[in-house]
Amino acid sequence: MPLSPDPAAIRLLEQALRADRGRILAALIARVRDFQLAEDALHDAAASALIHWSKSGLPTRPEAWLIRVAFRKAIDRLRRVARDAAQNQSMAILARDEAEEDSEVIADERLRLIFTCCHPALEPKSRVALTLRTVAGLPSAAIAAAFLDGEGAMAQRLTRAKAKITAAQIPFVIPGPEDWQERLNSVLTVVYLIFTTGHSIGPVQGRDLCEEALYLAQLLAHLRHDEPEIEACLALILLTHARRAARQSAQGATVALNDQDRALWDQTQIGEGLPLVKQALRRGRPGPFQIKAAIAACHMTGPVSDWAQIAALYSALMQFEPTPVVALNHAVAIAEAQGPAQGMVALLPLAEPLQDYQPFHAALADLCARTGAVPAARAAYARAIDLSASAADAAFLRQRMDRLLQ
Amino acid sequence: MQYMALIYSAPGSEPVYGSPEFKVMMDGYFAFTAHLKDKGAFVCGDGLKGTETATSLRLRGGKVETMDGPFAETKEHLGGYYVIEVPDLDTAMMYAAMIPTAAYGTVELRPVAVY
Repeated sequence: MPLSPDPAAIRLLEQALRADRGRILAALIARVRDFQLAEDALHDAAASALIHWSKSGLPTRPEAWLIRVAFRKAIDRLRRVARDAAQNQSMAILARDEAEEDSEVIADERLRLIFTCCHPALEPKSRVALTLRTVAGLPSAAIAAAFLDGEGAMAQRLTRAKAKITAAQIPFVIPGPEDWQERLNSVLTVVYLIFTTGHSIGPVQGRDLCEEALYLAQLLAHLRHDEPEIEACLALILLTHARRAARQSAQGATVALNDQDRALWDQTQIGEGLPLVKQALRRGRPGPFQIKAAIAACHMTGPVSDWAQIAALYSALMQFEPTPVVALNHAVAIAEAQGPAQGMVALLPLAEPLQDYQPFHAALADLCARTGAVPAARAAYARAIDLSASAADAAFLRQRMDRLLQ
Repeated sequence: MQYMALIYSAPGSEPVYGSPEFKVMMDGYFAFTAHLKDKGAFVCGDGLKGTETATSLRLRGGKVETMDGPFAETKEHLGGYYVIEVPDLDTAMMYAAMIPTAAYGTVELRPVAVY
């Protein structure tokens, strides 16, 4: 009669997978070089863990047990499907590795895993999904919900991405110095996109993408020291996250940064974020995330935002990211630092590229209102409200528009 | 692992035959091919004559249907190819970026399933 699993074994397995799934998978992928095979083998190993741990007692190092057994399961799976000489050869290599393998130290391969998940040969959305699934261990249903996709479509996207990594031989490596900046930027962009998505949608299925992004940034900082762009990305997330309690009014409307109640900002996260910005900048290797983090810091160090400094920083950011969205933020900072007329000069050339971008119309409305062009302001607010993705943003803009009438 | 680099460009986007720019491009190709051979990465590669010389055919109901022209009418045409032997996609991408046409056309990299 099969034993029913011991509750202690179930608890230990859940705990090991929650804490170490990314690390276990990374170690497996490093050896078998196949994302899907590694996931399947880990699944097999988890099933046999319940049986063995219930029968023979709990292991002292469950993650090491899981890696060892999953590795054997992977070889079993390969044996079942190996049909040609090349596959037999790769199996022989794996079996040899296994024989050599009994060291106590399991190398942390998660940095290689992250770089592979964020490889430029994968579609940007697949990079995000694969990173959340593989490194952060998010269930694909939660990823689908966050990106407004069907669960089936998201599962298919993940399958396609994993298959491409194997078929096109995307290497499982940390990029060398010649590609480092560009590839790191691709990784940090994924992490920050996860954060901003969480910021705009809130928690899905009990998982908060903001926390996942924070975890990923902390993991990167832990895996690679002395990299100012990683420190800056982590700082940017901390500083933005610190303001979350002040972002919405009791009525559910977005509150502009200038009007936020600073007593609601999370001082612990600010206290962690600000020194990180300084530390990154001191390394003397500038990059886009350092500029963005410095901008966030300028909003939060004094009693009011330092707009002259912020305008100068956006101008520097334009060198790295010459996009209309960065130009829009630059125009807003100019308006705050030098006055609405100067801001308008910088803003108007963006009308065409940003014609469907809500923040452009909101900024235009604000500048029109401040220069006394009330009908133009009203039209721009109406357009911005139409384009609003969230009810909170629409409520904020409606408040501003109502203020015009008085 | 073998990859095929399929070299696409829009007609008229490349330097005119006989111009100094054309010579620069061709010298670039000769140098690139020599570099691939030097690194032991070259399997084969050549240019293709224009799509006006293309013939497409298919077999339907036992009958050959022949069409004058390329398989798909697209803005960018397949103009040449290389097959390279390299360890992984990163290396293949590094070489593909050296193909002169990459500067104004598009290079598609496809892993070769060697039978």
